[in-house]
Amino acid sequence: MMSSSLTSVAYLGATILFILSLGGLSNPETSRRGNLYGMIGMTIAVLATVFGPRVTMEGLPWIIGAMVVGGSIGLYAARKVQMTQMPELVALMHSLVGLAACLVGFANYIDPMAAVGLSHAEKAIHEIEVYIGILIGAVTFSGSLIAFGKLAGKIGGKPLLIPGRHFLNLIGLVVVIFFGWQFMLADSTYAGLIALTVMTVIALLFGIHMVMAIGGADMPVVVSMLNSYSGWAAAATGFMLNNDLLIVTGALVGSSGAILSYIMCRAMNRNFISVIAGGFGTGGGAPAKTGGDAQPAGEVVAISATETAELLREAKSVIIVPGYGMAVAQAQHVVNEITQVLREKGVNVRFGIHPVAGRMPGHMNVLLAEAKVPYDIVMEMDELNEDFPDTDVSIVIGANDIVNPAAQEEPGSPIAGMPVLEVWKAKTSIVMKRSMASGYAGVDNPLFYKENNRMLFGDAKKMLDEVLVALKA
Amino acid sequence: MRIGIPAEKNAGEKRVATVPEVVEKLIKLGFQVAIESGAGDQANCNDDSYRAAGAEIIEGAAKLWAESDIVFKVAVPTSAEVEMMREGITLIGFIWPAQNPELMQQLAAKKATVLAIDALPRQLSRAQKMDALTSQAGVAGYRAVIEAANAFGRFFNGQITAAGKVPPAKVFIAGAGVAGLAAIGTAAGLGAIVRANDTRAEVADQVKSLGGEFVKVDYEEEGSGGGGYAKVMSEGFQQAQREMYAKQAREVDIIITTALIPGKPAPRLITAEMVQSMKPGSVIVDMAAERGGNCELTVPGEAVVKHGVTIVGYTDLNSRLAKQSSTLYGTNLFRLAEELCKSKDGIINVNMEDDAIRGLTVIKDGEITWPAPAPKLAAVAKPAAAKPATAPAAKGHGSAGAPASAGKIVTIFSVVALLFLLIGAYAPAAFLGHFTVFVLACFVGYMVVWNVTPALHTPLMSVTNAISSIIAIGALVQIAPPTVLGLDRPDGWILWLAVAGIALTAVNMFGGFAVTKRMLSMFRK
Repeated sequence: MMSSSLTSVAYLGATILFILSLGGLSNPETSRRGNLYGMIGMTIAVLATVFGPRVTMEGLPWIIGAMVVGGSIGLYAARKVQMTQMPELVALMHSLVGLAACLVGFANYIDPMAAVGLSHAEKAIHEIEVYIGILIGAVTFSGSLIAFGKLAGKIGGKPLLIPGRHFLNLIGLVVVIFFGWQFMLADSTYAGLIALTVMTVIALLFGIHMVMAIGGADMPVVVSMLNSYSGWAAAATGFMLNNDLLIVTGALVGSSGAILSYIMCRAMNRNFISVIAGGFGTGGGAPAKTGGDAQPAGEVVAISATETAELLREAKSVIIVPGYGMAVAQAQHVVNEITQVLREKGVNVRFGIHPVAGRMPGHMNVLLAEAKVPYDIVMEMDELNEDFPDTDVSIVIGANDIVNPAAQEEPGSPIAGMPVLEVWKAKTSIVMKRSMASGYAGVDNPLFYKENNRMLFGDAKKMLDEVLVALKA
Repeated sequence: MRIGIPAEKNAGEKRVATVPEVVEKLIKLGFQVAIESGAGDQANCNDDSYRAAGAEIIEGAAKLWAESDIVFKVAVPTSAEVEMMREGITLIGFIWPAQNPELMQQLAAKKATVLAIDALPRQLSRAQKMDALTSQAGVAGYRAVIEAANAFGRFFNGQITAAGKVPPAKVFIAGAGVAGLAAIGTAAGLGAIVRANDTRAEVADQVKSLGGEFVKVDYEEEGSGGGGYAKVMSEGFQQAQREMYAKQAREVDIIITTALIPGKPAPRLITAEMVQSMKPGSVIVDMAAERGGNCELTVPGEAVVKHGVTIVGYTDLNSRLAKQSSTLYGTNLFRLAEELCKSKDGIINVNMEDDAIRGLTVIKDGEITWPAPAPKLAAVAKPAAAKPATAPAAKGHGSAGAPASAGKIVTIFSVVALLFLLIGAYAPAAFLGHFTVFVLACFVGYMVVWNVTPALHTPLMSVTNAISSIIAIGALVQIAPPTVLGLDRPDGWILWLAVAGIALTAVNMFGGFAVTKRMLSMFRK
């Protein structure tokens, strides 16, 4: 058994390791070490708690049992998951943290020991902490589940906008505050539990509603935001349990998630508040306008895989813009092979990554890294957007909104002002797509109708395989 | 507004600040363009071609300076030119404010707004299109190889002919900045065996990518890292470096040196003994001649033969390729004009909130604004590069944001202060301790994450997700705490809630770290 001071010191060590872990993750060179720090920190924190003064040995079998069951599920999922399903997995995992925060909150409330020896003011604060902890946990839980559903395609990507949704949210907030008041006044544990349960149900509904109202194109921000919420939930739990380790770690995760969401919003030129408030634009309850009134003029010209290969062979410089379609089709390995063939021929091949390509920030980088595309030819949007006019061929693989010229050309478009990759400025642009369907944002894309654009219809992987064969021939 | 392009008056300066192709683009931005008659003659741009592009030709510098709102120049303006300038003009060109304090005073007295293209904050990615130092260095690097080939008595490429075998020329390039890299590419393109050295080990890949071989100094010392180039290398390193140069001098036919340190005389890399040890007929092109030269025997501005070795110390390499230099420079200035005139109506707006523009502007309406404060955050991680030519662009997210206005800051601070006051007045002491820790941790999280590279967003999110399973601690302490007598504790309920909590977080904990590990193991160069 460790003494209480020893536990505190171990917690301090774990905190430092967590900070180093996050710091390490901001640079590719140090990222692996960062992850290792995180693991060590977590191990220290868990061990110090289990062998610390607040856990007796009777609990050990339970702890080991729960850890083994949960741990094996986690490891299994981590090993089995496709890299393309990463966003769903992360969203699902957030929901687990949210649920755990709720459970811990409830357990703490019904535990009479938690309130032993607290003064009146302290007890009030403690109860607020319990209440807030459960509230955030519940929102995180249901919100993450919906985000998971949207990312996995189980729920439609279009924002669901209930009329008067802001009003509904406001009522929800008032009810939550009212029951918070009731909860504080409750004279028995039973009465308190009723208030807590009502609040939890409202929080769950609020979480569902909140994420349902956010369009698919904004999912990366949502995932990051929920990440932040799960951190705040941990911090609230820390206040509830008087545990500094939980507070610090929760705050770290919470603030880093919030910053990450902010960074992403800025990359999309979207207002953080309006993303969270849901829906596209500020059009109240009205559904987002598709660019219907400005139907793009022109003709869609299709192209075959062989012709694509022909174009690529003659090109001097090529920019590939991957999107979610590449992830879905698992086409990153073929893309890499094509890249290598072209590079051997002396073609300057580069990748243009939009900050929000895919369903998660950095999604494309991860996939390209998996396929072993050297990362010095993988560029950010700002680095090569100027180069499109000097590019012979730009290939868009399963991306839509991030290459939509309407963002620049049509001020009335729902995505107006969002920075996009200017693929249409290349001599020829080729868009690989399964059909003419619009992207996640539900906006038509004038790019397809441009004179120098060609459409290569079909599954990205299959078509690229054909392109590769034709290239090697 | 009218942009005026005077003829360059400095001796040997053959460049011109814009070319007809760029004039057309400037006119599309809404500007009028006036060119001094004969300004482009030496850069193969005659008056007619400018006229065809839509520019007005004006006779005589005095008239041009008097009638232009904006003047594009190449070389640092002479006092005579400053005299001709009318008040309130905007001047864009090379100024070198650190070296020319008197000129700065004169310009300020004219109430001018001056944008020094050499003061561009080059670490901003979006400033690269305006980076005239880079474009000019590239041209100079190319020309240096051409000058070397001219002075060299043999082929560059190896040949096996009926008339015998010709060995390829060996070229050594000291310093792999922009000029150095351009020289490597050009020399390799001509068929020579190219070697290059730079104190920054990370440029080795760039050297290789252009067909060169990277020669390491046989001494372990990190040339970049925290201090980067500004750091003076240790005596041991310098010794090893000298030995390496001496060895290369004995082996190669051509040496091209490009080493410069801003604000300091060029480092002496090639001593007289080294020159002596070279094969007769060898060539040295000293691109640092203007700043005293990297070679001890260089005569700035001239090509001399010493110990049988031709030492080229031309300081006007850019003017020797005037058309190319002018085209690139003109395009750089056009990109700057685009930034200044976002509304495309021919009216410029010198927006001091913009990091790039702020850095360029050395005088604003007669007030000296040089040196500009370092662009925030982005610059922090940047080594102060002695060869800024190849300084890679910083990708800090902080670079794009302008500092918050004073009013905003005051509001935020007062709200926070009020909040703290309330908490301090009512909260118990124990809570305050936790609260302090909480607030500080929020800041640490913010600081740590702010500079993350976009490529790592997903792993970062995944690792923070894994770390958020720290909530397991909350469940752990509830599972079987030491019993307190006299309390009716619903053990069964709590136990099951806690066990469920532990199992859920364990999924996240193990899964999260494992998935992050899997992702990170895929990142490779």
